[in-house]
Amino acid sequence: MFDFLGFFKGKEPTSGSVAKDRLKLVLVHDRVNCSSQVLEMLKDDIIKVISNYMEIDRAELDINITQTQAEDNSGTVPVLYANIPIKSMRRNSN
Amino acid sequence: MGEVIVITSGKGGVGKTTTTANLGCGLAISGKKVALVDADIGLRNLDVVMGLENRIVYDLVDVVEGKCRLKQALIKDKRYAGLYLLPAAQTRDKDAVSPEQMRKLCDNLKEDEFDYIIIDCPAGIEQGFKNAIAGADRALVVTTPEVSAVRDADRIIGLLEANELINPSLILNRVRPDMVDRGDMMSMDDVNEILAVDIIGVVPDDESIVIQTNKGEPAVTVESSKAGQAYRNITQRILGNDVPLMVFEAENSFIDKLKKLFRKG
Repeated sequence: MFDFLGFFKGKEPTSGSVAKDRLKLVLVHDRVNCSSQVLEMLKDDIIKVISNYMEIDRAELDINITQTQAEDNSGTVPVLYANIPIKSMRRNSN
Repeated sequence: MGEVIVITSGKGGVGKTTTTANLGCGLAISGKKVALVDADIGLRNLDVVMGLENRIVYDLVDVVEGKCRLKQALIKDKRYAGLYLLPAAQTRDKDAVSPEQMRKLCDNLKEDEFDYIIIDCPAGIEQGFKNAIAGADRALVVTTPEVSAVRDADRIIGLLEANELINPSLILNRVRPDMVDRGDMMSMDDVNEILAVDIIGVVPDDESIVIQTNKGEPAVTVESSKAGQAYRNITQRILGNDVPLMVFEAENSFIDKLKKLFRKG
């Protein structure tokens, strides 16, 4: 059905769907039970390992837990997201 | 052999005590012998919701400490055959009872030929929660369609599973069909998708709950009450009967339909 009110409001999401989205995000963090301290430790370890092979930009490094659609479309699953800019490859790694 | 069901939620004020009273009463009306146990020591409330507050002599802590026999502390509800209440102590705190003692209490109630022992769990995840779930065979998690309540329910489900109370069932309480229709409240499907547990019942937000609680008579006994009907259905599902989930029509659905018609142009 054509949503007349929604048309004038400029398709704002309903508060129910806002609640659902916020809840999903909160639960991703709750369920993983990963404190920021653990995340920091993980970050340090990842830097250590990657630094053996390449020089990375530590200031721009971004590691986080988010969620993504499951491959079998059964809902969302938590993922470890890491964006690690490379400055240069280490020659001796070959 | 009796079954011990714990009614829990994590968050306070979502309707645990009301649910305990209504399901207990519903099961008793169905001919079962039911013991309601108020595990919220220090904040006793199930007695007033049941309208039995004037009949308390002994309480749960007295039983556990051996100050009286279990039969002496159980208050028989004269209105419904087979319904008994074991009230919580009001002047003690949660540490007065241990999970081991609660387990023993549940076993003793089973030996007394109770078909169902329904435990009203306190809010929170501390000692009181651990006591309440210790002797339980299954758990019903009560939540409302709000971010905070569903979040706490998720945490409780995790803790229940960690305590080997697997497959808890969910009761979605205080649903406003009109708001769900407008998109201003999460629906049963939304909550189901997020929590991924079986929903054993959806209870509409209903004035009759307030009115009946004022009187100390559970709404499940009121034929015309919508929430009462929802609780009657949950009672049947606990008994193992397959009852379809209620489909709610928004209160003024006819007027809404007219409005939609005009909006459509």
